[in-house]
Amino acid sequence: MSGILVYALHHDGAFNKNSLGAVSEGARLASELGTECHALVLGEAAGLPDELCASLGRFGATKVFRVEGPEGLAQPVVDAMATVIGDGGHEYALFGGGLLGFEIGAGLSARLDAGVCMEVTNVRVDERSGDEAAGRGRGRLVAERPILQDSQVSDVHYASGVGVIIGRLNAFEARESGDADAVVEDVAVEFAPHSLRATMVTRGEQRGADVNIEDADILVAGGRGLGKAEGFEQLEALAGALGGAVAATRAVVDAGWFSYAAQIGQTGKTVSPKLYLAAGISGAIQHKVGMQGSENIVAINKDANAPIFEFADLGIVGDLNKIVPRLTEAVKARKGG
Amino acid sequence: MKICVLVKEVPDAAVQKRIDPSTGRLDRSGERNLNPFDTHAIEAAMQLKEGGALGVDEVVAVTMGPETAVRALHKAVSLGADRSLHLTDPALAGSDVNGTGYALAKALAREEPDLVLLGQQSDDGECYTIGAVVADHLRMPSLTQVIKIDVEDSKLRCERQAEYGYDTVLVELPAVISVGDAINEPRYPSLKAIMGAKKKPLETLAAADAGIEPDRVGSDNARARCTDFKAPPAKQAGQIIEDEDTPATVEKIVAWLDERKLLA
Repeated sequence: MSGILVYALHHDGAFNKNSLGAVSEGARLASELGTECHALVLGEAAGLPDELCASLGRFGATKVFRVEGPEGLAQPVVDAMATVIGDGGHEYALFGGGLLGFEIGAGLSARLDAGVCMEVTNVRVDERSGDEAAGRGRGRLVAERPILQDSQVSDVHYASGVGVIIGRLNAFEARESGDADAVVEDVAVEFAPHSLRATMVTRGEQRGADVNIEDADILVAGGRGLGKAEGFEQLEALAGALGGAVAATRAVVDAGWFSYAAQIGQTGKTVSPKLYLAAGISGAIQHKVGMQGSENIVAINKDANAPIFEFADLGIVGDLNKIVPRLTEAVKARKGG
Repeated sequence: MKICVLVKEVPDAAVQKRIDPSTGRLDRSGERNLNPFDTHAIEAAMQLKEGGALGVDEVVAVTMGPETAVRALHKAVSLGADRSLHLTDPALAGSDVNGTGYALAKALAREEPDLVLLGQQSDDGECYTIGAVVADHLRMPSLTQVIKIDVEDSKLRCERQAEYGYDTVLVELPAVISVGDAINEPRYPSLKAIMGAKKKPLETLAAADAGIEPDRVGSDNARARCTDFKAPPAKQAGQIIEDEDTPATVEKIVAWLDERKLLA
């Protein structure tokens, strides 16, 4: 049979939001293609009770393949998905945005000699290329992928038995479509030797203070352009004057300048405040996907070619060290007056 | 022990990138440079070699691309690689991620590396996936976006940020590791190293030399085919202020915020 197989990432008794989005999207596409959407989960048995797995049925999965194996690493999932696709004949493997999805999808592409497309923002059914008689369903999927800093969108067609589709962060919205449970089927997978030669020592360690940025109406965010960790002091002052919180890019969090809990974008938080003021942030796609839903985006950057100016509502080309302290004083004066 | 570092030549960041409408591929003409993300991989290799714990004898820079890609190899050698390998063949042009990863794995297999390092992404294709494709072909454990590597009993203790926070993963060698740009500050090449780069051994390899099956590479054999390039839905262009007079700039920002009731 044909069908769509979606990887669903879980941790601490819950599924990842982007995975639920991918299951919802898989179910929508499967219904248009006249086939089914299945999900695959992998982890320790204790963390994957029947109810949790079956709950993916609410997002449209009809069947959930449960595989016992090491959590948080990509290669065991590649083995598991290749096994299930080998038995089930799925035509597409679908992933929500996230680091593991990229790794698993790429590994699966090599394993199955399958075409792969990443950073997909939309998937549609091309009915012309369907062939129901040949068991290929009512059509073929076409993935849409923005390229060149989102200045162009390309259609991607698959010329392989299996197509691997890796979504961009937040591209697929989680939608509950019913209350039916999915059928849970246990699958025993023989892992490849190399898949077991990377082992998790510690997972999900939080670094830095626990700060809440998701509820803030105003965020002042800093990136590498601040030059050093101390650069965040002036952002704290500006955020204080505006009545908001401070957020950061992955680059500066990895560099240890700011708390992980305040990170925006891929592997960080997704926010949509009323005001997002970005200081010294170039606006790479991985950051953009976490904040592009903000109502008003203001960017200060000394590089006039920074991609953030392509999507900022107000862009200031200049030295943030000159502008931010004066802006803080001006905001205080305006609010005090 | 041998480390292979995958490098790539990309259009210089200042060059306006575009799709060539006649081929549907990225127009790769114009100023070109070593992918900035790759310099972190070379630096990581040099630090492992200099650290001594792994007993690294040799660092080999490997690339796939047209004749001009030699310049990326020269740059890699000037940053410390001992020699380089250039996989180049007209048959490889236009390969997709699947085909490129396959071809690179074939070239790497000849070298029998103990460790393959690469940057987390290329500056032009915006793809983060080559490492995982290569690793599956080579049947090696793999991890991407690593920001810290420590040697522990001839294994690599790697740290990276994943969906739920920071993960620490112990990886056995041989392995394929892609590094994030937070892992190090790449050194600048000395003038002497730049001058000497062209004298270091450089091997050129055609597809057939590496045992690459012709029907798995090249644009005609792409498993994922890009077509129909179009502009995304237009977003209203924002207002841009060049800061020439900071007090005036700040006044404009405050007025803009005030207009949108953001200073209430």
